Amino acid sequence: MIRVSIQTEAFDIAAEAAMLERLGVGAVATFTGIVRADDGVTAIELEHYPGMTEASLSDICEEALQRWGLAGCTIIHRVGRMEVGEPIVLVLAAAAHRAAALEACAYLIDRLKTDAPFWKKEYRDADAVWVEAKASDTQRATRWD
Amino acid sequence: MRLVYFARVREALGRDVEDIDFPGKVQTVAEALDWLASQSPSHAEAFADRSKLRFALDQRMVKADAAISGASEFAIFPPVTGG
Repeated sequence: MIRVSIQTEAFDIAAEAAMLERLGVGAVATFTGIVRADDGVTAIELEHYPGMTEASLSDICEEALQRWGLAGCTIIHRVGRMEVGEPIVLVLAAAAHRAAALEACAYLIDRLKTDAPFWKKEYRDADAVWVEAKASDTQRATRWD
Repeated sequence: MRLVYFARVREALGRDVEDIDFPGKVQTVAEALDWLASQSPSHAEAFADRSKLRFALDQRMVKADAAISGASEFAIFPPVTGG
């Protein structure tokens, strides 16, 4: 089971986890990304490439499903404006055992950060700056190659 | 061919989409950027730092040496920063 959603509204972590729990496998791992209050950041805005984003996230899920034999995985990514402390992204992986669920969960968020067409702008009150891609994110994603 | 722009590139060009008929000699993504840059100062400026650009043809990521022939949508954008 693969579930991918791009949405402006917040997500319900418990409801999303429950969908995977119903599959009856032994482990569900969850990762939530939150808007961080980095040196004065008050809010962020997320832009994406409609169509390509969904396809990219589905590909990442498909890859994880095959590689770790997952029973299911879910990626929900918000777009639009979000304030500090608000959730941005939710990733879940369901597998028979914890090692596969935890590893797949890390894989999904690492790959999302380097492969999925999202762009983040940071606001410090009225000042807006596009976030630069980090070499460390690319480095981190290559460990799965 | 339909060009689509995102994030910093979209803002630099002041538009998110434009239809361009490339001349026949323009065969790759890199050549398309060169040609666009030769056509307008705003494109030249937006495409000045190629290390800060990424590309997709028909919504698939490609490198700068990819052939553009046959593609209907050509996207130009900065490195991605989601999550």
